[in-house]
Amino acid sequence: MTLTHIIVFVAAALLYMTLLPQHWRKWALFIGSVLAIFWLQPPVRIDKFDFVFPVGTLALVTLAWLASRDAEQQWTREDVVSVAVMAACIVLVSLGRYLQEDFRITPSRPPALPQVAVMLISVLIVLALVDRLPVGRKRLLLPVALLILALFVILKTEALAEEASRWLRDMMGQPTHLARASELQWLGFSYVAFRLIHTLRDRQTGRLPVLSLRDYVTYAIFFPAFTSGPIDRAERFLKDLQALPGLDPARLTQGGMRIVIGIGKKWVIADALAYMALNDVKAEQATSTAGLWLLLYVYAFQLYFDFSGYSDIAIGIGQLFGIKLPENFSQPYLKRNIAAFWQSWHITLSQWVRFYVFSPLSRFLLTRKRKPSPTFLALVCQVTTMIVIGLWHGVTWTFVAWGLWHGFGLFIHKVYSDRTRPFYIGLRARPRLMRAIGIAGTVVTFHFVLLGWVWFALADIETSWDVFLRLFGMG
Amino acid sequence: MQTWKWLYDPAAAFNWRFIFSVAIRVVILFVIVNVVFALVDPLPALGSISAYNHLFRGRERLPYGENAAVSYNLSLNQIDAMFESHVVASRKDDDEFRVVLIGDSAVWGVLLEPDDTLAGQINRLDYHTADGQTVQAYNLGYPIWSLTKDLLLLDYALDYDPDLVVWLFTLGSFGQAAQMRSPLVQHNPDPVEDLIKRFDVNQDPNDPRFVRLSFWDKLFIRRRRDLADLMRLQLYGVPWAVTGIDQEYPDYEPRLIDLPADDTWEDYTPQTLTTDDLALDVIRAGVDLVGDTPIVLINEPMFLSDGENSDIRYNSFFPRWAYDEYRRLLDDYSARYGWFYLDLWDGIPEADCYTDSAVHLTPECSARLGKLVGAAIVELADQAGRQDND
Repeated sequence: MTLTHIIVFVAAALLYMTLLPQHWRKWALFIGSVLAIFWLQPPVRIDKFDFVFPVGTLALVTLAWLASRDAEQQWTREDVVSVAVMAACIVLVSLGRYLQEDFRITPSRPPALPQVAVMLISVLIVLALVDRLPVGRKRLLLPVALLILALFVILKTEALAEEASRWLRDMMGQPTHLARASELQWLGFSYVAFRLIHTLRDRQTGRLPVLSLRDYVTYAIFFPAFTSGPIDRAERFLKDLQALPGLDPARLTQGGMRIVIGIGKKWVIADALAYMALNDVKAEQATSTAGLWLLLYVYAFQLYFDFSGYSDIAIGIGQLFGIKLPENFSQPYLKRNIAAFWQSWHITLSQWVRFYVFSPLSRFLLTRKRKPSPTFLALVCQVTTMIVIGLWHGVTWTFVAWGLWHGFGLFIHKVYSDRTRPFYIGLRARPRLMRAIGIAGTVVTFHFVLLGWVWFALADIETSWDVFLRLFGMG
Repeated sequence: MQTWKWLYDPAAAFNWRFIFSVAIRVVILFVIVNVVFALVDPLPALGSISAYNHLFRGRERLPYGENAAVSYNLSLNQIDAMFESHVVASRKDDDEFRVVLIGDSAVWGVLLEPDDTLAGQINRLDYHTADGQTVQAYNLGYPIWSLTKDLLLLDYALDYDPDLVVWLFTLGSFGQAAQMRSPLVQHNPDPVEDLIKRFDVNQDPNDPRFVRLSFWDKLFIRRRRDLADLMRLQLYGVPWAVTGIDQEYPDYEPRLIDLPADDTWEDYTPQTLTTDDLALDVIRAGVDLVGDTPIVLINEPMFLSDGENSDIRYNSFFPRWAYDEYRRLLDDYSARYGWFYLDLWDGIPEADCYTDSAVHLTPECSARLGKLVGAAIVELADQAGRQDND
């Protein structure tokens, strides 16, 4: 999201609040989100794919909606209109082909109308076939979830993404030797995928409320949260969507303040820190241990201000439109232990993984004949959960190492806190000592997280390990 | 959430009156900041506030660079800030004999690491003056040929208490047309105009290429780029201090050996040049400017091609006739005024010594030049010391 996007979204929010009657607001959010994903999509070097990716997002979301519908849920007139509106939006965006570059919302010239028509008809036929498959809807949940996961793995695994890029280039008649994994920039996919998997899984367990196609699509691709989260829950989102408020000074102030603070965090602090933050090149060039530590400290704060700034902006814009997105950060670097850190860093992702990885895995292990010991259970679940969080960022060994680092950190913390609980209860009578231990805990936790960023920030495991050793004067 | 309690659970409710009063204050503050900024012009003062030499070490050459993300360096036009980021702005030791080197990209050290530039090589040789002071050379060279640019930087350099000045140049800096080419000159019209008037330099103080800012141009909103440059200069200080890198080292095409059959220089065809054709008066102004501070003037070494058309040109920059005329005039002029002048034009004759241009040296050959210049520095320093004692 750029400053231009934010200004336009804020202006749109003001018009939305002041001019739009209540009954049009849901439609406005729906149409706005559909158009916004085309506008937010960055350029892709594979011909037409900065148009194809947003269309793909809409197709995938519609497919997930078909699969995640309640058994009794039938097509309504509103659902049909929603499909028509999405198709009309796609056609409208494609008409940008005939406009000058400045008036287009796509980064490159969209495909010609006949190509768009073929694309649309193909998607509609596939969706219609899926809808009419003679199997129960519940049977669709797993294949659709696996399809989303497969796409996720392809996009996040460098070798697979490069191969996919080569294949797509070949299909589009472009030189295949120029294929790069980085060119498959399917904007927002990571977040959309996790939202869709959440709905599919919650339908399986019967927790998902009934959602119309319009509301489902709006939830999955809600434009303020499309690029960088937070990952909201459908039932919570729906609650806000059912009661979209009008012009309200408190909401305007709160939303506006969050946006201003977010802009300050992202474009003033994070972008300034980015000049000095650790990266592969600087790690190699650094001539001293102290210098490496400095780069790492700067990286830690740059990452926090960048990501939490984006979250603030998303929350602020969402609030202007009447959707109160969940918080994603809560002073994570001030937490006294690693468990508390993970309750305050990328909160919505942590919660997602707790719901859909940690808890099911714990339940699975506990229902086995040979029940594991609590310690072993904690170890397996914590490490697996954190590896999944790592892999969500990219399927690389560095993210696995980062996941392991935090997984073991959480496990050690659990063992430690279980064993020292009586000691800490005893400390309640000595608040000053308690406070001192709390401060020490914050310092230790921050530095544990800091060292973990070495695996996160650098491109390969060898460089990370080298930097890790150099931070301690070795290597 | 506790973090946002002040926003979501405020002591007083946010109402329209609150929004209106905030909006009015924002507008008023915006206008005041802009007008005050335009009236006060705080950029020079802000430029003199620097984290360099305090929080982290100063740069060993003046900030210059196009690819800041790689070189941790950038070009800007605020000379105060440039000098404050330089190690020359650090405190002068009692036993230090401070030597400032002025000149073009050859002095600045394109493709050379800071230690390998001429100043770095002189420092590596650890020279001492006769009275035991340690010679400490500072690289104040700055790319783009223009003696007026050199004079401008020399004027600022004098604030840092040099004991001796070394000014290196080549023919390219002497062209009358070259004098205003440097953006540094164009964006600093007041000090340049002052120098022109003080030393009666043959330049137009009202040259249209001078960038003179109107009141509106001085508004905060219009000068945000300059302000951002100042901030970026400070921010890049950290990676500079951590890595010691201050320029990009790309692969380059070596200087040309085979030359075009072109005998023109600037707008001149072969002829006898006069002192009016070259900006010799800028050198004279520099010598006058430094006053009692000793100054060494050096015609810097250059690549002498033996390839195709080398009978017409010495290298891709200069035709033989123009360069010979320049040397003749400079010899005459320096002899007339009694300057301490070294003509090192063929002092480094080996072709392998030159990298991407006919005046940029390799580290090894920069070391050789360091010895030549270092010896001259010590000689002139001792000469000046003896004169002081007499």
